[in-house]
Amino acid sequence: MADRQYELVYILPPETTEEQVAELHGQLDAVVSRMHGQIEKTDNWGRRRLAYEIAHQKEGVYVLEVINGSGELMKELDRRLRVMDQVIRHLVVRVDREKKVVDRTRSKRQSTSERRRVKRGLPPQRQPGEGRAVEIEDLDQDDRFDGVEA
Amino acid sequence: MAFGQGRSGGGGRGRGGDKKGGDKAQTQRRTLFRRRKVCKFCADKIDDINYKDVKLLGPFVPERGKILPRRISGTCAMHQRKLQTAIKRARQIALIPYVTD
Repeated sequence: MADRQYELVYILPPETTEEQVAELHGQLDAVVSRMHGQIEKTDNWGRRRLAYEIAHQKEGVYVLEVINGSGELMKELDRRLRVMDQVIRHLVVRVDREKKVVDRTRSKRQSTSERRRVKRGLPPQRQPGEGRAVEIEDLDQDDRFDGVEA
Repeated sequence: MAFGQGRSGGGGRGRGGDKKGGDKAQTQRRTLFRRRKVCKFCADKIDDINYKDVKLLGPFVPERGKILPRRISGTCAMHQRKLQTAIKRARQIALIPYVTD
């Protein structure tokens, strides 16, 4: 079966050191590779303010891992993370399907625009300086919603 | 009474944009010009509404912490659905509050 892709975000207490983060990452990596998965990307967001208190903490260290693997693997990871008391919150999200949809709409939009441009006798890619000049009125994007309205 | 008034006002607001030059009584009642609302995600061609992007979600979560309804923000149905899941995920990992008071 084709591999699925998941995103795992977990929050550690603010006093966690770099070494502790690395150690936890090592533990997770061991589980992932044992169950024939693979960590594609790790991103440490560093300390961030929490929107609400978790475990009497107002801040936390956020770590994001992008993992390719099976559902079984994520189940196991989820179970382990729930048991670990140094992890105050975690979230697993499956991303491969949505990614595919996004890629498809993007490439579709691109190809449609190219086809239309060629039909109009233009080069497929937009040239610099082409198109409607940006007016000052456009810049404040009056039609678009960008905040709370009364 | 107050409730009834508010509701009829809301209805007028929703239809306001595409009706031009209605009869006099109607235009008089609706003295305040209402701009047409456009779905932000369609207009800006944002395909991916991601739960990690707090900057993108921020304007749709007012002070109280509730998700802004479609009738206010003008978001289209598909993007409101995606926005909803993104906000709910962001809440789980404390990027956005559940409630603030």
